[in-house]
This record gives sequence, structure tokens and C-alpha cells, in this order.
Amino acid sequence: MQRRLSTWLLLAPAGLWFAVMLVLPLCFVLVFSFGQREAAGGYVPAFTFEQYANLPARWTAFRNTLTLAPLGTILSLLIAYPLAYFLAMRADPKWRTMLLILVIVPFWTSILIRSYAWIFILGGQGLPALVDWLGFGSIRLINTPFAVLTGIVYGYLPLMVLPVYVSLERLDKRLLEASADLGAPPLQSFLQITLPLSLPGVATGCMLVFILLMGEFLIPAMLGGGKVFFIGNALVDLFLQSRNWAFGAAVAVTLVAIMLVTVTLYMSLMRRLGGAREDVSLM
Amino acid sequence: MQSPFNEIDPGARDSNSLIAEFREATKRYGDVLAADALSFGIRRGEFLSFLGPSGCGKTTALRMLAGFEVPTSGIVLLDGQRVNEVPAYRRPVNMVFQHYALFPHLSVAENIAYGLLQRRPRPDRADVARKVDRALEMVRLPGFGPRRIWEMSGGQQQRVALARAIVNEPKLLLLDEPLAALDRKLRREMQIELQTLQRQLGITFVLVTHDQEEALSMSDRICIMRGGKIVQSGSPNALYDEPISRYVADFVGKSNFIEGVFSHGPDGTGRILTPSGQLFEGRVSQPLAPNAKASLSIRPEQIELTHVSRGGAEQVTVINRIFLGEHTEYLVRHAALGDLLVLVARQAEASEGGFAPGDTAFIGWAKSTALILVQD
Ligand SMILES: Nc1ncnc2c1ncn2[C@@H]1O[C@H](COP(=O)(O)OP(=O)(O)OP(=O)(O)O)[C@@H](O)[C@H]1O
Ligand SMILES: [Mg+2]
Repeated sequence: MQRRLSTWLLLAPAGLWFAVMLVLPLCFVLVFSFGQREAAGGYVPAFTFEQYANLPARWTAFRNTLTLAPLGTILSLLIAYPLAYFLAMRADPKWRTMLLILVIVPFWTSILIRSYAWIFILGGQGLPALVDWLGFGSIRLINTPFAVLTGIVYGYLPLMVLPVYVSLERLDKRLLEASADLGAPPLQSFLQITLPLSLPGVATGCMLVFILLMGEFLIPAMLGGGKVFFIGNALVDLFLQSRNWAFGAAVAVTLVAIMLVTVTLYMSLMRRLGGAREDVSLM
Repeated sequence: MQSPFNEIDPGARDSNSLIAEFREATKRYGDVLAADALSFGIRRGEFLSFLGPSGCGKTTALRMLAGFEVPTSGIVLLDGQRVNEVPAYRRPVNMVFQHYALFPHLSVAENIAYGLLQRRPRPDRADVARKVDRALEMVRLPGFGPRRIWEMSGGQQQRVALARAIVNEPKLLLLDEPLAALDRKLRREMQIELQTLQRQLGITFVLVTHDQEEALSMSDRICIMRGGKIVQSGSPNALYDEPISRYVADFVGKSNFIEGVFSHGPDGTGRILTPSGQLFEGRVSQPLAPNAKASLSIRPEQIELTHVSRGGAEQVTVINRIFLGEHTEYLVRHAALGDLLVLVARQAEASEGGFAPGDTAFIGWAKSTALILVQD
């Protein structure tokens, strides 16, 4: 009895927070999404599927998000894994902490300022000017999907590096000696031992980056220049500019639904890959 | 000190009979000499143990054989071939790790099959499955193949580790304190199992241990190590009866030591003059300089404990008595020599009568059983 009370007390603050800040707004959004738009903007209560039927109007935002978010996640992983591997397995332990801090250093300044930096690098006076000067012709980088992807990978890399690093760092190095002892060359040891045992970290990193990317709006707004926009940008537009709350709510609900489905699928896939492991958590 | 390699068995030099060999193999970690010019041969089919205190370089020696460490200088040979730079995965050697190092994401059967599946061309699946089953039977875990590693007890995991190594039929099996984590009873069982397996398979076993009982009971031959060197090697009997130094006598079995200054006696015997002025005679097996500090070593079972003094006996007081079944162990105190351990066989005690703490008694031993050893 005592025990149960203390459990409740421990959970109360977080539970309350979730109820008020997450569940309640979600309910509002859900209700709004079945409503209608007032002529001057805003919301008129109704029960109609009109807004959902209208979703294809924002098809480009969905397409951009649903291609660039997974692509960005995969690119981040491809760059983060070797880096995390180097940090965990090869780097001199003396330097390891220093190098890890270097990975996190970009977080010390706002993503806004860092995106401005990228605007200059990718803009007309930056890389394209250099390429032109070298005689490779003129290219356009800013306001392209490439620019958005660059910004995404740059901004989210630390989030991917850290969980992968932790899982590699925790890996018992004696297992690799055992693998070599049993006749596996280094590449085979990596594929059969290191990679499967670091999957939990990979799963966590991908999940973190993917979920955040699905809601991203700052990077596409700044590096996509209104040409490459995400669902996040559509939401900003619908709620704040055109004040079409009902339609905005429908877009938001659809986004949440897509995320729920992908995350669930992904988790069950990871669980299958990792076997029914008890000792390793997936998230 | 002369090389133990020379005197124990001249046959060991015939490189055909050797599965592995160290020649002046040295391993340095910064200032630490983990292996100090090891020169030593391992014979085909033998059960060899490295015995020594913590940090004496046992694991280092093993790791040089397995291919995890490259000697700083000197040579390691496997089957007559220099293998210094040959990586572990190309050596026909397998190791049972101290903490098993089983792969947590693989089942018991997958762990055991791991070594076989690394071979190129890939072996036949059915063949692998059959070998895995046989290995599981050999370590008495039939039917455990589908289990997960964490579902196995410590002793079972130990046996999986063993099966994972022997299934590859290596030329040389290295075991780094494989039984250290087991309780006494299980350990005893596993010791017997290991010995049986070694005879069945005819594989050369090299065992690292710091448990002298384990080394004595299992090995054909033992290397006593100290500070990165092999101090002495030989059969358990030879090491017990003919230790070349006090260090070895102390490490292999129990012994009583009487310290003093050495002088030569008649017919290759020697004498020890203790600080209290007593003179003891004993055998000398190693060359000793007159006036060198030396110890007289007498094994506890070679001391006779009596109620009445016989010629040349020393008077002692009984301090403690421990009944061990077939033997009784007495701790006795001598006014000048200090505490001594005496092991009395059950029959002897029956004829002489027991002793109680506080009793006055006499100890004596045959001069030929006392050995004068260098103090090192
Ligand atoms: N990787 C290493 N780096 C630095 N020093 C080491 C390393 N490995 C071993 N040593 C040192 O080398 C010496 C021999 O070590 P080794 O592991 O061979 O001892 P051991 O006889 O196996 O001891 P134990 O019974 O405790 O396992 C020790 O002094 C140890 O500190
Ligand atoms: Mg060791």
C-alpha cells in the first residue's frame, strides 16, 4: 500500500505534465481537425472530413518530409557510425573525452546562428563562387534539397553519434578477441559481433533523429528558402499566416499518425533483428 | 640461474616433438617486463600449466601464443614456424577466456558453431550442426543448443566456452584460469572433465592458473613463473620433490623453512647454521656457495611428531590441531625455529596417540628428506 502510494507520488509530476501539455493539446487538435475555417480565419466547430479530403493540397510538404527525413536519418547514420566507431574503438582514451566534447560543441550555439553560417557557405558568395572560380561552371546550392540535407546532417549528427558511441563503448572488447581467436578476420568480426551488438545504439539514434526531423521546420525554412519545405513549415504557415486552424489541425494529426505507424513498424523490426534480447534495450 | 629448459628433458629440444616454442621471447609494457626472455618448449599432446602469483606474466605468455600480443623481442614458434606477426585469426590455436567472452547475441549452438563457420570454403551446414551437437555432448550439455547465453549458469557458460574452443579441434588449446569463477565443487568436477577431454582429444592443453592444487592435480608438466620468467618446469612430482629454490618449494605444496647460512658437508650434503646457532644437515641439489644464505626445506608430512624424544629430536609445543580426515595437521612452535607445520597420517597418529594443543612434543625428520635451497 505504502509502496503504491509512493509510486503514484513519483509519477504524479510527469503524469500531470504529460496530461496537460501533451494529451490535452492533442485532443484539441484532433477536435479542430474535424472543424471548419471561419471566413476571417480561425475555427468554427463542425464535424466534417473536409479538411482531411483537402490534404493533397499540401502534398509537396508531405513528400519532402517523407523523403528528406528518412534520407537525412540514413545519411547521419552513415557519417555518425564511423565517427562513433573511431571514438569508441580507436581513439586514444586520453583524448576520447576531448573529442566527444568537440562533437557536442556545435550545440553550444543556437541552430539559428549555425544555419545562417550555412546560408553564407552554400549561398552565391560561398561554395558555388569557389567552384566557379576553379572553373567547374556555376552551380546552385542554397534553396535546394541538397542544402536542406546538408543542414539536417550537420545539425543532427551529434544526436546520432552519442547513442552509437555509447553502445560501441559498452561493447566488451574481449568478444572481439574471442572472435579473432575463433578465426574471424577483422571485417567478419565487425559484421558478426560489433555491428549486431551496436544495433541498439543505432536504433536509438535513428529514432531520435527521425522523430525530430519529421517535425523540423527551421532548417528547411532557412536553407530551403521556401522552395524545399517540410510539414513543419506548412503548419507554421497554416496556423500563423493563413490562420486555417482546422486544416492545420488535420495536417498535424496526419503527421502524428504517420509517425506512430513508422515508429511502431521500426521498433518491431529492430526487436526482430535483435532477437528476443533481455539485456539490451531498444530505445 | 641456469635455464630450466636444459636440464628437465633434453628431448624437449627436438623441435619435432614441440607444438609451440618461445625463444628468448620478451614482452615489455613500458617499464614492466611481462615476459622476460622466455625460452621454453611445449610438447605435442601434453597438459602443461603455467603457475605463478598474480602479475607474473602467465596471461602474457598465453596471449603471445594466441596471437594477441607480439613479443617485443625474441621468437614465438608454432609447429616449427615463426608466428610473431601472424594474427590470431590465422593461428590454429584456440583459447578459453577467463571470463568466457561468449557472444551474448548468439545462442549456445551459434556460439559453438562460430569458429567452424569462419572457415573458407564454408563447411556444410549439416556437418556443422553435427559437430556442435557432439561438442555439446562432450561438455555434458546435450540439448542446450537453442538456449540463450544468459539462460545458462556460470558453470554451464564455462562449458559452452570450452565447447566453443574444442569444436575447432585446435592444435593447441589455451585456457586462462577457466575455472577461477566456479565454486569449489563444480571446479573439482570441471578439472576432472578437462583432464578426461584432454586425453580423449589428444589436444595439447596449456592452462594458466594461480591455484597450485589445480596445477598439481591436472598437469603433465608445470612451469613455475615469477616476474616474467620461468623459474622451474617439470612434472608435478619433480617440482614437489626437487624444487630448485625456496620460491618453488613454497609455491608447490606446503613446506617448512629453516633459514641460515650454508656450508658444505660430507658426500654432497650440506649444513645450515641458524642464527640461534643450531646446525642442520640436508641434501643439496643445486650448487651453493659457502656462507650463502639458504633455507632448509622440510615437507610437513616428512616430519615425525612423537611424545618422547628420539635421538636428535627438537622439542616443540603443540599450538593447533586440524583434523583433515586421512591426515591431521598440527601447528607446533619451536623456541628458536618458530612455527612449523606437521602432517600426521591417520595410522601414525593411531599408533603414537593424538596430541592436544599445549602438549609438549618432539619433532624429527630423516636428513635425506630435508633439502637445502637457495633463498631467492
Ligand atoms: N596491456 C597491458 N598494459 C600494461 N601492462 C600490462 C598489460 N598487460 C599486462 N601488463 C602487466 O604485465 C605484467 C604481467 O601481466 P599478466 O596479465 O601476464 O599477469 P598474470 O600472471 O596473468 O596475472 P594474473 O594471475 O593476475 O592474471 C603485470 O605486471 C601487468 O601489470
Ligand atoms: Mg592473468
